[in-house]
Amino acid sequence: MSNPEEFSERIPSDTARGREVQEQIVAGMEQRGFSPRDVFGVRLALEEALVNAIKHGNRMDPAKSVQIDWSLSDSEVHIVIEDEGGGFDVNEVPDPTDDENLDKPGGRGIMLMRSFMSLVEYNDTGNRLTLEKRKDEVDED
Amino acid sequence: MSAGHRRLDIEEVGDVTVAKFVDKKILDEGNIQIIGNQLFSLVEEEGRQKIVLDFSNVEYLSSAALGKLITMDKKVKAAKGKLRLCSVRPDIYEVFAITKLNKLFDMRENQEQALEGM
Repeated sequence: MSNPEEFSERIPSDTARGREVQEQIVAGMEQRGFSPRDVFGVRLALEEALVNAIKHGNRMDPAKSVQIDWSLSDSEVHIVIEDEGGGFDVNEVPDPTDDENLDKPGGRGIMLMRSFMSLVEYNDTGNRLTLEKRKDEVDED
Repeated sequence: MSAGHRRLDIEEVGDVTVAKFVDKKILDEGNIQIIGNQLFSLVEEEGRQKIVLDFSNVEYLSSAALGKLITMDKKVKAAKGKLRLCSVRPDIYEVFAITKLNKLFDMRENQEQALEGM
């Protein structure tokens, strides 16, 4: 299984449906021999990303949907998640690790995605997120 | 979903309450809500002051679950109680470390160590 495969799903604003796609993506990674650590990170990032898209992006509006496109090869998984919300400015999200924010909710999802994924990028509007995980990357820290 | 559906196994060890998460994955919002309510009631309704949260079963948790734990920590501190976390597996510990919540929470290797000097 060396050829990259491409997938596409459009789901309603329903976190249970989001989790089904999450399972589909990580099952593909496991088949292609990604490590349990990579799978853990991608699962966590997808959980945060899809909940953000459905809850904060689409505000649970059943009339809105989330588009998920991903490609999977033996060396990396590349995922694009787009919601139909108005977006947000990722630079305005407070740093949850600042001492004054440590006991406040919010901002941790994005921070976890950044830490576990090789690439996390929002479009200018903030309603489209690109996630990428390359296999067996050595941690910098 | 019944609010009485227990998501925590509660055990008394001396004057300490050990609450063990039943779930492997603490992700689903409804579930997180129930877990939060069950945790908060330990302090607010039952007046327990020494609480250990045991994570042995937990393989995944999301930032929404972290939010509930932070609220729990505040409630325990407000009640002048003590809260410790234990048996957090390495993957999950990393989630706490990345978000620097390992500084906020008193985290111990296992239940025995968590109970020590409580």
